Amino acid sequence: MGVLQLLISGLANGCVYGLIALGFVLIYKATEAVNFAQGDFMMLGAFVTLGLVNPEYMGIPFWVALPFVFLIMGVLGYLLDLIVLRAVFGQSQVAVIILTIAIGFIIRFVVGVIWGHEPQSLQSPLALGDVRLGSLVLGLADVAVIIVTLLMTVALWQFFQRTKIGLAMQAASQNQMAAYYMGIPVKRVQGMVWALAGIVAAVAGILYASKGSIDPTAGFIGIKAFAAAVIGGFGSLPGALMGGLIVGLIEPFAARYLPPGYSQIAPYALLIAVLLFRPHGLFAQVRAKKV
Amino acid sequence: MTEKPLLQINNLETFYGPIMAIRGVSLEVHKGRVVTVLGANGAGKTTLLKTISGIMDPEKGEILFDGQPIQGLEPHKVVRAGIVHVPEGREVFPLLTVAENLSLGAYTRTDAAEIARDRDLVFSYFPILAERRAQEAGTLSGGQQQMLAIGRGLMLRPKIMLLDEPSLGLSPILTQEIFAILKRLNRDEGVTMMVVEQNAAVALDLADDGYVMELGRIVMSGTADKLAASDDIKSFYLGHSNEGARGERRWKRKKTWR
Repeated sequence: MGVLQLLISGLANGCVYGLIALGFVLIYKATEAVNFAQGDFMMLGAFVTLGLVNPEYMGIPFWVALPFVFLIMGVLGYLLDLIVLRAVFGQSQVAVIILTIAIGFIIRFVVGVIWGHEPQSLQSPLALGDVRLGSLVLGLADVAVIIVTLLMTVALWQFFQRTKIGLAMQAASQNQMAAYYMGIPVKRVQGMVWALAGIVAAVAGILYASKGSIDPTAGFIGIKAFAAAVIGGFGSLPGALMGGLIVGLIEPFAARYLPPGYSQIAPYALLIAVLLFRPHGLFAQVRAKKV
Repeated sequence: MTEKPLLQINNLETFYGPIMAIRGVSLEVHKGRVVTVLGANGAGKTTLLKTISGIMDPEKGEILFDGQPIQGLEPHKVVRAGIVHVPEGREVFPLLTVAENLSLGAYTRTDAAEIARDRDLVFSYFPILAERRAQEAGTLSGGQQQMLAIGRGLMLRPKIMLLDEPSLGLSPILTQEIFAILKRLNRDEGVTMMVVEQNAAVALDLADDGYVMELGRIVMSGTADKLAASDDIKSFYLGHSNEGARGERRWKRKKTWR
C-alpha cells in the first residue's frame, strides 16, 4: 500500500519537474539558449496567481483569474525575449546563461518585495486535502496534478500538430534558415515560444502551489528540473516530461528504501549515469543531416 | 523585350564581414523567363541569392521587384512579396513529414482551397512526394529532398523562384530528371526562375538567358544560346577541349574578359 502512495506523490512531484523541464526544452529547441530562470518563472507564475486569487490580495475567483495569469506570464516571457535576450543575440552561450541566472535572481527579489518571503498557500481549487481508503492515504491534490499535467501534455501535443503557429515553431527549431526561406518571421516565433514557456511555467507553478505552500526560493527546484531535462534528452519534449517523472519517482523511493541523505543526491547520480552511458538522454531525438 | 523586368538588380554590393563578395552586380529577370547565373565556387552566386531573399543585406545598390525596392527587407517580407528561395543543399525540415514540409511552404498564404490545389499540382509533378507524404523528410533520399525543397517552394505560388544549385550532390540522371521537371514547370505553369548553377550544360539547356559570375562580378551575359556557343563558356564551363589541328592547349587560353 505504501508503494502506491509513494508512486502517486512521486508522480505528482515529477509532473511539476516535467513541466519546468518542458519549459527548458521549449526554449532550448527554439533558440538554442538555456533559460536558467525557468524555475523562477514557475515560482513567479504561482505568486502571480496567488496575488490575483488569494483573499488577502485581490480575491478574484480562481477560474476568472486563470486567463489573466496566462496572459501576464505569456507577455512577460515574450517581453523578456524581445527586450533582454535579443540584446545579447550573437553573444556566446555563456552570456545567455549568466543573464538568465541573473534574471532568476531578479524575479526572486521582486517577488519577495511584493509578496514577502514567508511561505504562503494558494487558494487553489486543486488543493483538495487527503482521502482515506482503508490504510491508504491519497493526496487528492497529487491526483489532480497528474490529471492536469496529462491534459496539458495533450493540449500541447495538439497545439504543435494542428496549429499553423505550432508547426512554424517546430520548423524554426529544426531548421532556422529554411524557416526564414518559408517566410516564417523566425524572431517573432521565438518570442512566442518564450511566451509559451511562460504559460507552461505558470501551470507548473499553480500545480506546485496546490501541493503545499510556496515561497520565493521555490524556483530552486528548477535545478532538479534541469537535471530531469538532461536525463530525458535535452531537445525532446516527451523526453523532458519523462525525465521529470523519473526524477520525481526516484526521490520518494530513495528516501524510503535507501539510507537517509541518498534521496537528495539520487537524481544527480542518475544524471551522471545518463551522461556517461547515454549522453543524448534517454529519449533523444537525434538524427544526422543527410548531405 | 520592352516591358519592365520582374526583377532588376542595379550595382549590388554585398560584404561577408570584410570580404566584398558581390562587387557591383546588375542583372534583369523578365516574367516567364528562366535566367541562369553560372560561376565557379566562391564566385558569389549564393551570396547574390541570399541578398535578394533578404538573408544578407547589401552595402550598396538596389533590388527592384515589380518596380518596388526590396533590398534590405527582412526575409519574411521578401517572401510575402512573392520571391521564394530554394536553398543550396535542400534544407528541408527533417523531423516533419513531407506533407507538413509542403504546408510550411504555404505559410504566408491563407486560402485553404487554393493551397490544396497547389499541393495536388506539386504531387502531380513529383509523384514520389505523394507516395511518401506521411514520411519524415529527413528519411528521404537526397534527390527526393531536392524535389521536396522545390515542391515546398512552389507551394508559395511564387512570382519568381530562386534556385540555388539544384544539381548539388545529385547523380547525373537525377539532375537531368529535376531539370526536366523545372523546364515543364516553366513552360506549363509559367514559373519565372533564377537558377544558380555550376553545372553549366544543364543550366544553359534550361535557361532562356544567362549571366556568368566570377569573383563577385558579372563578366558575361546574353541569351543562353549565345552563351552556349561562346568559346569561353565552351572551354571553361562546358569542358569542351576545343583542340585545333595543331592541338591548341587549354592552359594557354586566357579568358577574353581578363
